[in-house]
Amino acid sequence: MNIESVLRALLVAGFIGLIELLCRTHVIPQSVLIAPSQMLTHLVSVVSAGVYGKDILFSFTNIAVAALLAIVSGFLVGLAVHSMPRLRAALEPLLASYYAVPTFIFYPVFIVVFGVGHGSIIAIAVLLAVVAMITATLTGLDRIPGVLRKSAAVMRMSRLQTAWRIELPAALPYLFGGVKLAVAYAFIGVIASEFILSGSGIGYAIAFAYNNFESDNMYALMLLVLISVTLINAALNYFDRRLQARRQR
Amino acid sequence: MLRILPTFLLVVALIAAWQGLHLVIGAGALTSPWMTVSHLVSMMATGDLWSNVGATAKAFVYAMGLALIGGIVLGVLLGVNRLAGAVAEPILLNLYAIPKVTLYPLVLLCFGLGLSSKVAFGVMHGLIPILLFTMNAIRQMRPVYLRTAGTLRLTPIQSLVHVLLPAILPEVVAGVRLGFALTLLGVLIGEMFASQRGLGYMAVNAMGLGDIPTIMAVALLITIIAVTCNSLMLMLDKKLQHR
Repeated sequence: MNIESVLRALLVAGFIGLIELLCRTHVIPQSVLIAPSQMLTHLVSVVSAGVYGKDILFSFTNIAVAALLAIVSGFLVGLAVHSMPRLRAALEPLLASYYAVPTFIFYPVFIVVFGVGHGSIIAIAVLLAVVAMITATLTGLDRIPGVLRKSAAVMRMSRLQTAWRIELPAALPYLFGGVKLAVAYAFIGVIASEFILSGSGIGYAIAFAYNNFESDNMYALMLLVLISVTLINAALNYFDRRLQARRQR
Repeated sequence: MLRILPTFLLVVALIAAWQGLHLVIGAGALTSPWMTVSHLVSMMATGDLWSNVGATAKAFVYAMGLALIGGIVLGVLLGVNRLAGAVAEPILLNLYAIPKVTLYPLVLLCFGLGLSSKVAFGVMHGLIPILLFTMNAIRQMRPVYLRTAGTLRLTPIQSLVHVLLPAILPEVVAGVRLGFALTLLGVLIGEMFASQRGLGYMAVNAMGLGDIPTIMAVALLITIIAVTCNSLMLMLDKKLQHR
């Protein structure tokens, strides 16, 4: 444990402790925020009773499918675009402006096309996540040192061998950066779409609890989202650091 | 001129694809490009659209101002103090990845319906990228700049104005470009849930009514504004990088 992680843990713990204290002493009224310990105990009781099992499953299925689709299609599109420099030159300004457009505005159109349910939510999440993967694939392929391809030629590797043994491992750290972004965007896309219009899912359940003043359920689910995002991020960062370390070796 | 020709052709191809999609799934689901433009023009003739554009613009200007000032000030502080930066960075990255819509009930309870919660939403989305870019710019700045400022016995304010800020400007502009897009997204999402006015409210209202032409017209308008602003900032970005 280095000093930074200790300080960081203290900072987070202190912040949570402060909120706990303010809630327990009713400086923050119960109607605005419930104490973090209550959120956690309520979350445990709700999850173990299986009340939101269906919603949680719905959201995580959507996130997993959307992230997978975005990663695979983003990688394939990235490969194809990279092999066509003229198309790429034309596409690049559009890619640079892509995230300036609030994609959620197209959600209603998808609802009309796919109906309310898995299809429209996954479509909007893929739309949000795929461009990050395309950009990361392009960067990764650009950054493969020329000398690696030359050594592959010296060793008389076939095209397939070069791709599998040289190019893929060399581009992997950049590709993984794209994977990280794609997962984060898939998360945001799914939860936000469920908020806007959906019949189930964690986002829908939070909006439902909010509209019905069930603040204990609402905060328990919000905590669930925060915890799962943090855990998934931590896991992805761990793999990322290992990949980066391997590259520097 | 020759450089933008391929992009222009690609945009034309995209519009053709839009038209094709419209023909496949029908006007009830997706209006054609021409219908969307003409609907947008007819909406522009009414005052209703402009009052909503004004509401969004007002919230966006406030949010962008706060995100810009807060992001740069905090970014400089965390960049200069290495320990504080190292402690804060993973927390900030995690906050950045959280779907912030999740927190919207909390924002509503704190700020109420209307302008202030829209602004809060915009700041929540836009502040962190500007902060992270500024912090990293200061960390990666060549140490000789600061040593020169020390040799010249500049006061902290002088070295901030004459050395630090000019040195980090290109990265800050890149951060602001990202922050701009996310602040706009934040304001629009805020309007979708927490407002009775603005373009986001118009879109979500049209969604409730199943009014596809209006949704498409609003989406087109927002896309045009966002892409134009982004292209302008990209040009500024390139100019600064080549300095």
